[in-house]
Amino acid sequence: MNAIVTPLTRETLIIVGNGMVGHHCVEQLIARGALARYDIHVYGEERQRAYDRVHLSEYFGGRDAESLAMCDAEYYASHGVHLHLGQPVLEIDRDRREVVTAAGRRGYDKLVLATGSFPFVPPIPGAEGNSRLVYRTLDDLDDIRAAASKARRGVVVGGGLLGLEAANALKSLGLEAHVVEFAPRLMPVQLDAEGGAALKARIEALGVGVHLSRATQEIVAGEEYAYRMNFNDGECLETDLILFSAGIRPQDALARAAGLAIAERGGIVIDNDYRSSDPDIFAIGECASWNGSIFGLVAPGYGMARNLAALLVGEAHEAFTGADMSTKLKLLGVDVGSIGDAHGATPGSRSYRFIDEASASYRRLVVSADGKHVLGAVLVGDNSYYDTLLQYAQNGIKLPADPSALILPQSEGAPALGPDALPETATICSCHNVSKGAVCCKVDAGVTDLGELKVQTKAATGCGGCSALLKLVFDAELAARGVEVDKSLCEHFAYTRQELYGIVRVEGIKAFDELLAKHGRGHVGCDICKPAVGSILASCWNQPITDPALVPLQDTNDTFMANMQKNGTYSIVPRIAGGEITPDKLIVLGEVAKKYDLYTKITGGQRIDLFGAQLHQLPEIWGELIKAGFETGHAYGKSLRTVKSCVGSTWCRYGVQDSVGMALRLEDRYKGLRSPHKIKFAVSGCTRECAEAQSKDVGVIATDKGWNLYVAGNGGMRPRHAELLATDLDDATLVRYIDRFLMFYVRTADRLQRTSVWRESLEGGLDYLKQVIIDDSLGLGAELESQMQHVVDTYECEWANALSDPDKLKRFRTFVNDARPDPDIHFVREREQRRPVHAHELHLIPVAEEVL
Amino acid sequence: MSQSNVLQADFARASILREPATWLPLCRRGDLVANSGVVAWHEGVQVALFHLDQGAAGERLFAIENRDPKSGANVIGRGILGQLKGELVVASPLYKQHFRLEDGSCLEYPEQSLRVWPARLNGDAVEIGLD
Repeated sequence: MNAIVTPLTRETLIIVGNGMVGHHCVEQLIARGALARYDIHVYGEERQRAYDRVHLSEYFGGRDAESLAMCDAEYYASHGVHLHLGQPVLEIDRDRREVVTAAGRRGYDKLVLATGSFPFVPPIPGAEGNSRLVYRTLDDLDDIRAAASKARRGVVVGGGLLGLEAANALKSLGLEAHVVEFAPRLMPVQLDAEGGAALKARIEALGVGVHLSRATQEIVAGEEYAYRMNFNDGECLETDLILFSAGIRPQDALARAAGLAIAERGGIVIDNDYRSSDPDIFAIGECASWNGSIFGLVAPGYGMARNLAALLVGEAHEAFTGADMSTKLKLLGVDVGSIGDAHGATPGSRSYRFIDEASASYRRLVVSADGKHVLGAVLVGDNSYYDTLLQYAQNGIKLPADPSALILPQSEGAPALGPDALPETATICSCHNVSKGAVCCKVDAGVTDLGELKVQTKAATGCGGCSALLKLVFDAELAARGVEVDKSLCEHFAYTRQELYGIVRVEGIKAFDELLAKHGRGHVGCDICKPAVGSILASCWNQPITDPALVPLQDTNDTFMANMQKNGTYSIVPRIAGGEITPDKLIVLGEVAKKYDLYTKITGGQRIDLFGAQLHQLPEIWGELIKAGFETGHAYGKSLRTVKSCVGSTWCRYGVQDSVGMALRLEDRYKGLRSPHKIKFAVSGCTRECAEAQSKDVGVIATDKGWNLYVAGNGGMRPRHAELLATDLDDATLVRYIDRFLMFYVRTADRLQRTSVWRESLEGGLDYLKQVIIDDSLGLGAELESQMQHVVDTYECEWANALSDPDKLKRFRTFVNDARPDPDIHFVREREQRRPVHAHELHLIPVAEEVL
Repeated sequence: MSQSNVLQADFARASILREPATWLPLCRRGDLVANSGVVAWHEGVQVALFHLDQGAAGERLFAIENRDPKSGANVIGRGILGQLKGELVVASPLYKQHFRLEDGSCLEYPEQSLRVWPARLNGDAVEIGLD
């Protein structure tokens, strides 16, 4: 003990309340080294340690209390924090500076109240037991579940955010759900009348009853159901359970009894430094009242916890100045967003409104009197507008000349907010409170790697929702400083994929070893460059990937031409072009699946996926499939997957072109094309767009004059609307443009870059792409088309190729020296099919169930 | 440094390893797939065999446990063979972490480690060494 100075006696810090905010405060204290200064005791009223109340409804969806917990069971103890659960604090003795619990007294030097809130239940005669349930704690949820087990119908009183969440919970428990709201609209705090109406329409469409402008006068015994609710207007509604979610009240009883100042509408009065009227007692989260307001969201609570922790350890902290109550959430699956002054209450403010009654979407933009700034917004039905609008509102960014474009359906030319437009103060990551300025500082300090930036700032490591924005800002800042980013493919090739593609083509290189010897380093390669070069060679020369020299380059799925699943078995997807299949072929799929006991599922691309085959079974299964006329579906490859289609003019009364015919033609043409990443197509027979072509890499939509071509759309993790490249094309021109588009992508994209990201990275954007493809500005058109024609002409079903060569089949053995299947693969049956056993089920199975 | 020098250095390192007590034949040379992996069975143990074949520059054989500790699935033999910072590795096909063929240690997660065996081509026989 020479260099380290530790105070001999630490002060005692007591935190009352172990909810999300109380827990976050402890986390922040630990991170800031507070334990060197304080002996920390935490008291929680509930039995469970802090859990994620925001995702409480998932408790009904199968998540247990443990998985909702905010930390490991050992977290507190391992850091030396004393956690007392199931021990409500009964009294604060301010004179003796002690808290009193059933277990006795404990003295404090500093006291933090994070007691949260409790649900408000209006005094209604007859409300008790199952007609007086609330939705706040895990114990409450257990009560609801018990009540629901004997119920058919449930009513939620309160149509606010929590009420709708509760209605969703009742629905997920299999009950017919109703919402009763006192106000004339849903979510009266966040939404205006039109927004409320759009939300009501959407929620009713989900089968939830909505009853507005109703006050419950009494609850009596029902006739058909357990209870009857009598309303003020003479109407009534019968139900088996009633759940109150009519608002929350700050849990300030302890502070009130201790004589601390309490706000008029409840809540412990705090100053800008989270201090109550007693300088040694602080309050944070929903129990605190600042300037007469309670902040009932997690983000401001976390902000308070973070800053109070800093204050308690003597670090710089931010004074509380109120919090932005903007929210974005999914209620019953419906997007709802509310930003700033959603009601347009600011004098002189003006609104833009977009109402789509057909799809029950509503957007309102509230702007300042001078029309220069966003004051607030309401979104119902589509939250993709939220992030941009929030940046405008929070950062005072000047509006474009026509602000309405910000809420109109997104199409070409909508003003997207580039990273340059964001001010230094703009929050990029709200989970960890990282601003654009903080990112710039790191770039100035020499960070040039996105992963390193994330480690240092923690940005994009919370919910991850800001990853794309973070990368844009980071790249823009690097570019602005003229930093040359190392784009080497890996340690073996100091070239980008695009450069390697050029080398392979120009020098006519046909083997990995040759490329590595001439332009790379080392003599083996790795799992990054091998598949990338394998893909380039296939795009250029289209030799069978089953050739011995090419086999070691492929990713596992390409090597065995099937998709490896989590237990090492494979799934098999035969091509079902355009989603069209004859009854005979459907029967063959059923027979094969039955024979090999394969789990069978319809895919999102109108195909059928057969799961659970072992390596040695693949050739036999494919033998049967090929005999029946199937060919490989390339579900395992970075290549064309599917061309989805609607039935089009052949059957549909609205169809204007033969969409299935076109889908078959396109799928037949581009099947087998190896590309930087997977490619998906769709063809719709009319503008109703049933094939969802605008979410695909290549989307084709019929018009009465021909075809409209959309490109670079994406579904999945980061949805992107495809952009209209050309209109009213005849068949031949459509194919020519797609040839050029795909080959240009294959030629210039990065490794594992989808068309959507590639398109966004193209300098010059869509206009440039149009010039290259339509106007042939690079003079490449004929070359791109002939390259594509080469791939088309050399197509061969890889499985047919492999089956014709015994030497290629010898790889398809689970063990090269033994005929047994892998004895560690176990299945159980679920919903009449087999699935991989979960690890925790394994000990229940005495004998391996195997199919031979 | 030429390719053959690198491989000679590798062989030199391999030759200083202790000779195992017995050499057990598992399969034939023809069962191997050049520059890729196959799996052999021996009394309940699954052994992934990787055959690095550089033609005239030489060849090497590695034997490594087939079970991927992260997924619990027997898939290592189906991973891609590679070289990172000079060390020969196999990438697990499921979660892509890398294991050194030399000693079975994992590049990304030190707590994961695979068993390895000495391995050789003895004429037509593929053999691993047991103690």
